[in-house]
Amino acid sequence: MYKYDAIDRQLINERVAQFRDQVRRWKAGELADDEFRPLRLQNGLYIQRHAPMFRIAVPYGMMNTAQLRTLAKVARQYDRGYGHFTTRHNLQLNWPKIEDVPEILAELAEVEMHAIQTSGNCLRNITTDQFAGVAADEIIDPRPLAEIMRQWTTFHPEFAFLPRKFKIAISGTREDRAVTWFHDIGLHLKEVDGQVGFTVIVGGGLGRTPIRGQIVRDFLPWQDILSYCEAILRVYNRYGRRDNAYKARIKILVQALGVEAFRDQVEAEWAHGKGGPMTITQAEYDRVAAHFTAPAYEAVGNVDLPQDKAFQRWLERNTHAHKVAGYAAVTLSLKQHGVAPGDITSEQMEAVADLADRYSFGELRISHEQNIILADVRKSDLPEVWQKAKAAGLATPNIGLLTSIICCPGGDFCDLANAKSIPIATAIQERFDNLDYLFDIGDLDLNISGCMNACGHHHVGHIGVLGVDKNNDEFYQVTLGGRQGNEAKLGKVIGPSFSASEMPDVVEKIIKVYLENRTDEERFLDTLDRIGIDPFKNRVYEGRAHGKAKTAEVEAA
Amino acid sequence: MAQLIKNGAAAADTWKTLELAEGEAPESVALPEGDVIFPLSVWQARKAEIAARPAVGLLLQPGDRVEDVADDLASFALIAVSFPKFVDGRGYSTAALLRQRYGYTGELRAVGDVLHDQLFFMRRVGFDSYALKDGKNLAYALEAGFKPFGDAYQGATDQAQPHFRRRA
Repeated sequence: MYKYDAIDRQLINERVAQFRDQVRRWKAGELADDEFRPLRLQNGLYIQRHAPMFRIAVPYGMMNTAQLRTLAKVARQYDRGYGHFTTRHNLQLNWPKIEDVPEILAELAEVEMHAIQTSGNCLRNITTDQFAGVAADEIIDPRPLAEIMRQWTTFHPEFAFLPRKFKIAISGTREDRAVTWFHDIGLHLKEVDGQVGFTVIVGGGLGRTPIRGQIVRDFLPWQDILSYCEAILRVYNRYGRRDNAYKARIKILVQALGVEAFRDQVEAEWAHGKGGPMTITQAEYDRVAAHFTAPAYEAVGNVDLPQDKAFQRWLERNTHAHKVAGYAAVTLSLKQHGVAPGDITSEQMEAVADLADRYSFGELRISHEQNIILADVRKSDLPEVWQKAKAAGLATPNIGLLTSIICCPGGDFCDLANAKSIPIATAIQERFDNLDYLFDIGDLDLNISGCMNACGHHHVGHIGVLGVDKNNDEFYQVTLGGRQGNEAKLGKVIGPSFSASEMPDVVEKIIKVYLENRTDEERFLDTLDRIGIDPFKNRVYEGRAHGKAKTAEVEAA
Repeated sequence: MAQLIKNGAAAADTWKTLELAEGEAPESVALPEGDVIFPLSVWQARKAEIAARPAVGLLLQPGDRVEDVADDLASFALIAVSFPKFVDGRGYSTAALLRQRYGYTGELRAVGDVLHDQLFFMRRVGFDSYALKDGKNLAYALEAGFKPFGDAYQGATDQAQPHFRRRA
């Protein structure tokens, strides 16, 4: 993976000194709260329900074991011994002290990590596919260009105060695993007539106005990506709405102008930057790409793996095809039933680091589904990896299954939330704790967000759950049919919302309708697409009191 | 009064800014004597009259389009770009366009909510004078505000070549 050189080190060290000075001036009253706020946000520091929340970047999801061990140490020393992986390649600490953050940043800088632009109205962390570089269906490894773009976004002087946050995702595979249709800019790497380039998608996003992005350019040579993004950003910086934070994302501008008019503006702007100094040189690409060479794979023959049922289950769900024969990618599940999805203790981080050192060339990745990936494991090592992962609580064989829930921190931690999300996830995991049943249900994405900001990606869950506030009570709205990938689309709301205690029953009824109606080989989504949402709706709301009857019921209770 | 920084040092401000009061129209407002920074609307309404002055300043608000004055730039000794709130970043694009696309070489001044922690970005996009907000520490801004970072990745007005083109 990428190793810092002189300028990278210089800039993050200077960032630590800058933030230390900003905290000092804020404590001394020289910086007003309003003046300090955007500065701390651009260092990942929110003020939250119980304490500050601090968001550390894991650029395009890549990490080495020295970095993970430092995260473990930081979480133990400055927090409560655990962290939370988000859907955008970040680790969040929930309980640090503001005064400690400069020290934390200094420790992170030692291992080439930072919290630069992990929140605030600026260019955020760039995300990609967790299997970049090893995926069997990869066309082009997105990581060198993701790193070049990381550097370009870092302290960009013109775009530090955008109308709203700005998220970029890159996918280099046939099947999109980076949610590129729902980012401010989504980039698909492809090769046309021997030339490598991007399809550029703009104006997607989840949040309170979920919109699928639109293609502004079908093919852009890779050398032009920085100048082209600068053109997009300049149009957005100048003309994006600033009067209403809820209408300030680029998706609203693209909708207001229409994609053709937006494209015309971008192309007119780009005519000035095209071919200019921001054009990426082959030398720079080669320099960065040299950091992402394949590790020293061994030639390994076929291996006989144990037939043990528990192991086979894990093998089926938690390992993935690798482009090198004899190797597999392994997902370590952070979706242990009963634990907040994406949460990981310092001890678990250290266990993962040990596993990665021993079995996967000392590197690992974070997925947007909030799990950890060991990308390069010899198949013959899989039984040992499974045993050790199991001992650390990281081998729940549920990847892609109902209980592998994507979930935001929700009302237990987040100030923005309308409702708790973790207890809903936990209750559903408890209800579906039987592995035979879970495997029988098969592929199913269930995503939960505690508010319409949609950090839990509920819009693209096959079953989506959204926390809403009704007269200061927490309720949950259910959507069906959302999906990520090449056919990404938004789920449809099935009807009135439910109380927290109803949610496990609601999910169970939805599952029952699927099981009763499916044909052989049909996954949940296939059945849903074939029979439509009405049968699900009817079952869920069957015999359920509405309107006055419901009010009477509630009052009687 | 804002505190003016120019050429890396504290400087006296010899300019005054014309503000249209309630009920005043660009076409009829009285034009003060001396070095005056005019709002875009007044400049557009009274170009010939104002251009006859020895030195002319122009004030651009965040929503004003650089394109609308692109042909007039030779008339201005100073362009002030207003930041009504420091979190409104449109002025950075205004400055970058003036310097990089339209070749404006006169004084380019950041005015309004101009604070210590944005000076570095402002310098990079092409500002060369800064009306630091009243009450802020001028000495410390001069000492530390412009150099939190000793280098940068991207090309910008102050250094057109991105770092990757400057590698040995």
